[in-house]
Order: sequence, then C-alpha cells, then structure tokens
Amino acid sequence: MSSDQLAQYLFTGLTQGSLYALIALGFAITYTVTGIINFAQGEFVMLGGMLSYLVLDDLHLPIAVAFLIAVIAVSLVGILLERLAIRPAKDAPPVSLIIITIGAAIFIRGMVQQFISKDAVPIPPFTGNGTFSVLGAVVTYQSLWVIGIALVSVVGFYLLLSRTMIGKALRACSINKRAASLMGIDARNMSTLSFLISAALGAIGGIVIAPLAFTQATIGVALGLKGFVAAAIGGFVNLPLIVAGALGLGIVEQLGGATLSAYKDAIAIGALLLVLIIRARWLQTAAGSE
Amino acid sequence: MPKRLFRWQYALVALVFAGLVLLPFSGDAYYTAIFIIIAIHSMLVIGLCLLMGYTGQVSLGHAAFYGMGAFISAILTVTYNWSPWLAMPLAALSTGVIAYLIGLPLLRLRGNYLAMGTLGMGIIFFILFNELDQYTGGPSGLPGVPGLSVGGFSFDTDFRYYYLVWSVCAVMLLVSWNIIRSRTGRALRAIHGSEAASEAVGIDVPQFKIKVFVLSAIFASIAGSLYVHYLSYVSPNPFEFMFSIRLVVMAVIGGLANIWGAVFGTGAVTMMDQHLGTFGELDVILFGLILVLVMIFMPRGLVPGIVGLWEKWKNRRTKAKA
Repeated sequence: MSSDQLAQYLFTGLTQGSLYALIALGFAITYTVTGIINFAQGEFVMLGGMLSYLVLDDLHLPIAVAFLIAVIAVSLVGILLERLAIRPAKDAPPVSLIIITIGAAIFIRGMVQQFISKDAVPIPPFTGNGTFSVLGAVVTYQSLWVIGIALVSVVGFYLLLSRTMIGKALRACSINKRAASLMGIDARNMSTLSFLISAALGAIGGIVIAPLAFTQATIGVALGLKGFVAAAIGGFVNLPLIVAGALGLGIVEQLGGATLSAYKDAIAIGALLLVLIIRARWLQTAAGSE
Repeated sequence: MPKRLFRWQYALVALVFAGLVLLPFSGDAYYTAIFIIIAIHSMLVIGLCLLMGYTGQVSLGHAAFYGMGAFISAILTVTYNWSPWLAMPLAALSTGVIAYLIGLPLLRLRGNYLAMGTLGMGIIFFILFNELDQYTGGPSGLPGVPGLSVGGFSFDTDFRYYYLVWSVCAVMLLVSWNIIRSRTGRALRAIHGSEAASEAVGIDVPQFKIKVFVLSAIFASIAGSLYVHYLSYVSPNPFEFMFSIRLVVMAVIGGLANIWGAVFGTGAVTMMDQHLGTFGELDVILFGLILVLVMIFMPRGLVPGIVGLWEKWKNRRTKAKA
C-alpha cells in the first residue's frame, strides 16, 4: 500500500468515522440519562438524509434551510418517540424495551419507504463537487463539511453537558435520577431532552454524509450498529474515548475494505462484533448483572 | 387458573387441529399453499419462542440460520447431486455446529448487547449469502432444487407437502412442549427471571443458553431445507434483516412465551401479508406499530394479553354476582 493510498483511506475513514461519532454520542446520551438503548438511533440518520432530500427536491430551498428544517423535524420525531413509545413503557423489562425501539425503527423505515422514496436518493454537495489534494489523497469539499460539522456538533455537545445548567441536570439524571428529582430537576423532561439531542445529532450526521453516500430507507440498521459499538468502546460515558473509537472504526473499516472489497461490510461488522464482545464483557462485569 | 378455561382451551385446540387436518381437502389451492408457508415459518418462531420467550435471550438475526439450512440443502442437492434426505440432516447438523461456535462468544453478551450482536450476525450472513456467489449463486440464486420423495412416493403436490411440513411442525411443537415442562424448561424460565439467581441455585446458565440457541438454530435450518425443496429455488432475499424482525413480530403476536401462540402469530402475520401486500410498505409500518403497542400494553404478547383481559373481565363478573 502506497502512502498516497494510505492517506486516502485515512481521510475517507475519518469522514465516515465522524458520522459514527455523532451516532455514538446519540446512543450515549439516551443510554446514560434513561438507561435505554435506542435501536431507532440509526433511523434518525436515515431520516435526516431523506427529509433533507424531500425539502431540497420539492421546495427547492437553499441547503442551509433544508438542513435546519430536517434537523428540527427529526428532533420532533425524537421527542414523539420518547413521549409515545418510551415513556408509557418506562418500567418494562429490557427485552420489551428492545422490541419497542425496534418497532419504532421499522415504523419510521416503513413510513419513509411509503411516503418519501424506496430508492437511494441523490443530494448535491453543499459547496460543489470540488476536490483538493492533501498528502496525495483526494479530499472532497463535502468530506470537510462532514468532519467540520461533526466537530462543531461534538464540541457543542461537550459544552452543553459541561457548561450549562441543562447539561448539569442531564448529568445529574444519569448519575442518580431520584436524587436529581429531589433537587428539583424534572427527570422526565430530561429523558425527552436526551432523545431530542440524540435525534438532532443523528439527523445532522445523516444530512452531511448524504452527498457522499447512498441515502436509502434501509441504511439505518447497519449505521446504528456501528455507532453502538463506538459508544460501547467508550463505555457510553467517556466522551473522548467514544469519539476516538468512532474515528478508529471508520479508519479500520476503510483499511479492511481495501484488501477484500466484496466482503467489506461483513469484515467490518465482524470486527465490530469482536470489539463488542471484548468490550461488553468488561462493561457487564463492571456494572454487575444486567 | 380456573378449571373452565382449561376445558375451553382444549376445545379450541381440537377445533384448530381438525381444521388444519381437513384444510387441504377443501381443494382451495391458495390457502393450502399459504398454510405450507405458515407451517415452515412456525418452525422458526417456535425456536425463537424457546430462545426469547422462555429463556429471555433476544435474537434479531434468526433469518441467518434459516438461510443456512436453505443454502446448504440447495448447494448439496443442486451442485453435488446429493439426496435431499442426506442434505437436510447435514444442513441441520452444520447449522447447529455453526450456531454453537457463534453462540459461545455471542451468548456471553446480555440484553442490548446480545440484541446488537445477533443483529450484526444476521447482516454478516446476509452478505455472505450474496457474496459467496460461486456456491450460492449470489443475488440471482440457485434454481433447480429437487423436490422430496420417499421410495416411489413423491411430495410433488401442495396437498402432499402440506401434510409433510405440518407433521414436522407438530414434532417440533411436541419436542418443545416436552422441554418446557421438563427440568430444563424450569431452568430456562429461571434464567429469564434472573441469571444471577439461577447461577446461585446451581443452574449452569451458559450451558442452557447455548443449548436453546443451538436447538432454535436447528429448527430454523430444517425449516430452511423444507422451504427450498418446496420452492425448488433459493436466493438470498428471504433471509435479510427484515425477515428476522418479522419473526419477532410473529412471536410477539402469539405471545413470546407460548409455543402454541407461535403458530397462531405466524398465521396472523402471514395472512396480514397476503392482504396488505398490494399496499406498498403498509405491512412494515403496521408491524412497527404492532411491536410498539403490544409491548407497551401487553408485554407478554398479544394473545396472552387478550386472554388475560378476558379472564379479568370474567372474574369481575363472578365477583359482582356473588
């Protein structure tokens, strides 16, 4: 492998990894605040891409407006999901909650297939098809958008959690919900808020990656799985480790795919499962049973 | 449980049984064909019930084992001209061994992790079915899978195949029923209740989990073999992620911990498919809604939930009279 090729895989991997990081943070915020793994997380990404396509294609609005509309719409979906499906089943056993979020995921997928499109939809790059070269790698402007917007989102997410009262309240709920309630924090609102944040993060990722990837109603499942593994690497709480895990996954996936392209996804997911098994043993032992 | 409910249940089972035995005599080709598929899918859902409902281990990738049975049977009979009766047990055996090897690391995962793990497993096998095209025929599939016959008797009509698949399904039901009522069954329910508590009373939890996983994979493999010998053709499409989810929907409707309900749930979903097929993606939307609503309001499943409501209503009436 030449150094040019290596640089190419690194950049493509970083771009893809930025998306995984956004998905992983979505998993992390809902899991730490509510204790629920949201299997519809990947659908937020898909929905972001598909809705921005809908707005661009039907209303011919500028991309920035389409971006905003799609993020707000998906955030609303996140709120509805929490209010209508999660909250009524709050005390259900884990198996039921898994099935509920799976149900929500395929409901969203079915709605998109029925009312937006069953096929992959094209979305134009934000600022033209230009490319430039770094260390021998061809980098598209769009991948800069992906990495840049993901970076802004991650930093914003960090500042929100560490510097604001709302962030403090969210963290309090993730540590001890009852104690947080006693301090006057409305834990139920925080649960809704965590779903809103995770939906918004997913949607942002879905919109920025759309010009580079095939956005289709069925992409949510695999994306969700990859984001989940990145979140598990960081134990759902360690933000730097989650982001590093996501970027690492993106790069490893590109390098692995380079050698055996037909099995790229199979190898990537196999590797993910390996990481998951190793990491989960650790997490499960640390957290005791369940 | 009140005694009368038992009698009522037996009557219902007898009625359903009689209906199933007599159905092909009605001469209705359409429903005979649909009920063949219901029997084959029931085999999958029965295994899933044992795994998810009784033992509490989620699998979102069961289509993989179904596909393994289907492809191994198809490849051995088409490419290597084996007898289907040799191919089918070998497919079941290999699927069992593969399930064991996958289960060893995967079943160490719990709850959400296991669900994600099995989901990933399903995706990997779907890719393999597509990409190993020198064996599986890739996306276009393998045609010309032979039918089944014993001596001079060939299961070449739907009428004959119907009795074959329902007999196999009945055997699986009986095997499962015996397991549930045995010491093993109690151990499985204990694991569902609490893995830590089960271990504390001396139940070998990993051992039981992997046994059920392998058994459900073998059921799935046999179903896959019967499926390809019926259709005489196999392609990767029926074994994708959505089919695994569809199996979960069937189990949820029938009642997760209810093997008889498994057959009912399979029938209900298959019928819905038949009638919604013309309305685009309505089935997917509807299945999503069913999963969410049933799990919120009737966590034990749709049928047990309705039976529970009915009992409650009856009890209230008896109390009101007294």
